[in-house]
Amino acid sequence: MTEFLVALFKYGFIQNAVLAGLLSSLACGIVGTYVVVKRITFISGGIAHAVLGGMGVAYYLGVDPLRGAVVTAILSAVLLGLVNLKAKQHEDTIIGALWAVGMAVGIIFMSLTPGYNVDLMSFLFGNILMVTSPVLRVLFFLDLIILLVVATFYRQFLLVCFDEEYARLRGLPVEFLYILLLCLIALTVVILIKVVGLILVIALLTLPAAVSGLFSHNLSHMMGLATVLGLIFIMVGLVVSYNLNLPSGATIVIIAGGCYLGALGLNKLYLFMLRRKKH
Amino acid sequence: MAKVLELQGVSFAYDRRLILEDLNLVVEEGDFLAVIGPNGGGKTTLLRLILGCLEPVRGSLSVFNLPPRKARHLIGYVPQFGEFNKDFPVSALEVVLMGRLLPDNLFPKYSAEDYAAAYDGMSAVGVRNLADYRFGELSGGQKQRTLIARALAAKPALLILDEPTSSVDSRVEQDIYELLTQLNKKVTIIMVSHDLGFVSSYINKVACLNRKMVVHNTGEISKEVISELYRSSVEMITHQCQL
Repeated sequence: MTEFLVALFKYGFIQNAVLAGLLSSLACGIVGTYVVVKRITFISGGIAHAVLGGMGVAYYLGVDPLRGAVVTAILSAVLLGLVNLKAKQHEDTIIGALWAVGMAVGIIFMSLTPGYNVDLMSFLFGNILMVTSPVLRVLFFLDLIILLVVATFYRQFLLVCFDEEYARLRGLPVEFLYILLLCLIALTVVILIKVVGLILVIALLTLPAAVSGLFSHNLSHMMGLATVLGLIFIMVGLVVSYNLNLPSGATIVIIAGGCYLGALGLNKLYLFMLRRKKH
Repeated sequence: MAKVLELQGVSFAYDRRLILEDLNLVVEEGDFLAVIGPNGGGKTTLLRLILGCLEPVRGSLSVFNLPPRKARHLIGYVPQFGEFNKDFPVSALEVVLMGRLLPDNLFPKYSAEDYAAAYDGMSAVGVRNLADYRFGELSGGQKQRTLIARALAAKPALLILDEPTSSVDSRVEQDIYELLTQLNKKVTIIMVSHDLGFVSSYINKVACLNRKMVVHNTGEISKEVISELYRSSVEMITHQCQL
């Protein structure tokens, strides 16, 4: 731990990593809460994997891959939103197709790009230690958008997630709100790709919120607790990976997964004790 | 008596399959109408027409003399329940407040008036003390009452319920019907139901729906003879349902 603290003050890249952890835990706490309560993990996975296609194309064209990621993420969010609303019976097939085709496109374009593709691994598994200051600025900006949109539509999102049919009957623009929510997920995916990589995005999007959901009685508490938990997972993961010289993204996810299992166990135990007390 | 709902020769079809055929119905202020009929008979479709989610293929339909879409703010709706996520982190009060939400209400802040209306609704159905409980922790009957409170929070002139007793046991079912009878003193009620037995003593109109609709007034019958006469009337309805 002290070793890490020394490094934290000594190296700019560690400071950037901590800031990136902070920014991504905010995004995954807020948006992940919606993913968990609305049960749209699979859609989020589809968006995350489709993003590789956009990054590959951007890489091939010599554009910043982050830009390709934002465009593809938003496009696939809108597409999957429309599929959910217009062709629900084929939804899971289409998500699966987008998931696989996105990755295939990404891999083909990366292999077409001349030179040695060291970046592919960092797209897939992320590297929080490689986050640069310009990237931090983009992450900050994306966080700001997410916060503003959620603050504005907090009650609308709550109603759409809880009871879509009732929302529709109250005259709420359910289609618009649903697609907007998917776009927020898309932005979060882009942020998280920088930290844990797209293969592990789903873990950070769902695990902090899932743990938090076990202990929260309302949505804003769940978001707050999920943010704190996300930050803890990322920081602990960072320290452990630094000390043991392990890949940071995978370490973060293992820690998050372990905490989720532990929390589930504790929750079950608590309910069990409660029942025994009653008898 | 003011007309709450009027259907004139309403037909509806999905693609070419006729779901509703030539429905005529008038619901007046203070009525308690039960719509009964077999599954697939078009009950839910009828509700969607009244709520303005679907447009009739033929005929006209008005709610408070307005097109249904424009009358939505006058309707309190209680959906059929059973599909709620048990783990959803939302309190009973927050659920009731949803009834106050209008499409242009941005930012997370309800007014004092909204809270007052929500508490009124909860008091009217006897769940005021459950306001802070997580919705998923409530019993079936408490959930159903909370959903009725949500509909009432909108201060509706017409209350529409879709199978309000489909997922509660028979004791709770009777409680809910008695509650609806109380509410009926102030608000017109339309209820879709699959079972007529219990419904019988509380309602004043029955619409039997199986693509076509037959409407019966039960309010004309005096209370003393209701059970005697009603039994035969039930049989008649059952018979006419098999169109």
